[in-house]
Amino acid sequence: MARLGSVEAPLGAGVPSSVPAIPATTATSRHSALVRITHWITTLCFLALLVSGAEIVISHPRFYWGENGNDLTPTLFKLPIPSSRALVPTGYGYVLPDQNGWSRYLHFQAAWIAVLTGLLYMVFGFLTGHFRKDLIPAKADLSWRGLFAAIATHLRFERPDQSGAESYNVLQRSTYLLVIFVLFPLVIWTGLAMSPAFVSAVPASVTLLGGRQSARTLHFFVSLALLLFLIVHVVMVGLAGFKSRTRAMITGRTGAQLERT
Amino acid sequence: MTDLSRRKLIVTGLAATAAGVTGLAVTSRIAQEYGLVPPDHGGIYGLGETLNYASQRLLARHSLAREFPQSQISRPPFANEIPPLNDAFKRLQAGGFADWRLTVDGMVDRPASFSLSQLRSYPSRSQITQLACEEGWSYVAEWAGVPLSHILDVVGIHPQARYIVYFSIDPDWWDSIDMADAMHPQTFLAYGLNGNELPVGNGGPLRMRLPRQLGYKNVKFITHLTVTDNMKEFGSGLGSASPEGGYAWYAGI
Repeated sequence: MARLGSVEAPLGAGVPSSVPAIPATTATSRHSALVRITHWITTLCFLALLVSGAEIVISHPRFYWGENGNDLTPTLFKLPIPSSRALVPTGYGYVLPDQNGWSRYLHFQAAWIAVLTGLLYMVFGFLTGHFRKDLIPAKADLSWRGLFAAIATHLRFERPDQSGAESYNVLQRSTYLLVIFVLFPLVIWTGLAMSPAFVSAVPASVTLLGGRQSARTLHFFVSLALLLFLIVHVVMVGLAGFKSRTRAMITGRTGAQLERT
Repeated sequence: MTDLSRRKLIVTGLAATAAGVTGLAVTSRIAQEYGLVPPDHGGIYGLGETLNYASQRLLARHSLAREFPQSQISRPPFANEIPPLNDAFKRLQAGGFADWRLTVDGMVDRPASFSLSQLRSYPSRSQITQLACEEGWSYVAEWAGVPLSHILDVVGIHPQARYIVYFSIDPDWWDSIDMADAMHPQTFLAYGLNGNELPVGNGGPLRMRLPRQLGYKNVKFITHLTVTDNMKEFGSGLGSASPEGGYAWYAGI
């Protein structure tokens, strides 16, 4: 198996022999079935939202702040890309094909499935103690020393030891909590704030953000933050051992458990 | 896995499936009854489209779109691309739109044809609302017009009416709304913009204006309204020209 980084190691070498054997009674999965299912549904939805969202941005790659924003108003910033609309002044001499119809249909369909899946995950997470047990960092880990140690480990691109296959470290826990409880709610809120019917019922949803165009700009940046998370997440999974980590998220079993069976 | 837990699993699974199927059937009946199913509910994106429409009808059937102070008006008003104007339009434009007609037919007691001056003689309303395009841009403007509900009162719609279908002078451009939007106080047949006549670039002389849906439902150059209880008779039966072109019928989001 090819590994990222300079370490070329055969499969299974990621488990140092010095790691104390885990008691055979540990029959529980690394990830519960509900976490695994909601993880992959969310993955599919997020990819669909990303592609369709990018297509919608291409139809007007200009961003604004406040309520008004169009070809006649000053921009906050422009993306240096061509557009799928002829009227948008992009500086390019050609117009891309319009993909907004299916993109909008897909965007909302994926959003609904993602939100319903997220609600299921939230209810499950609170009822089973998943957040408390698996995601809230231990007090000891939250000390500056613990945090610096974890950051240093990451900066040295050190491969995690076996504890990394059984549990999340403090940086992972903080990042997952940030994604679940801050970025996802924000991206839903800023998305809904662009719905003219939704804001007619809940005007504060858009006025608190500073207006429709502010909501759109924030939606774009929160989406970028989620994309950044996705990239770092996949790279970290690759560094930790793509096959074993992905297998754990599909079957629930870690490499160590597999070897014992 | 023991036999007992396997049996339990199968029984639970069957019960959940039965409950799910019954629940879906009941939900579907209720949704049809309360008008929560959009005409383009079929196909692979029907789920998302139906959830958008149903949830927003439940949440925002009567809510009012935000109105803004004069200071928020975007000047000059943005006029986006319009399709090439046909000869019929150009002829009417040459005559200063004096012969422009809005015909209203379908499920009405008194089919009628209105000139622009007749429409202007009805109580005029204005609103400073936002027009937001599905592409992402938006502008706030003051729109003047006659509420669509007023015209529907004049012609007397039948109680079984469910949709208002509206047609542009461009024969490929038509759309429809449900009665919640048709009777909504901010749904206008607009003929004025920022204190002037509605410019051609913004849909003049007559444009459908419904601020709780995105720009593309605000069809320009309106000449014809039909009241119906069934969208199947129009085009491909998907509610408007938009789903036929790949866009959702409902544009409240």
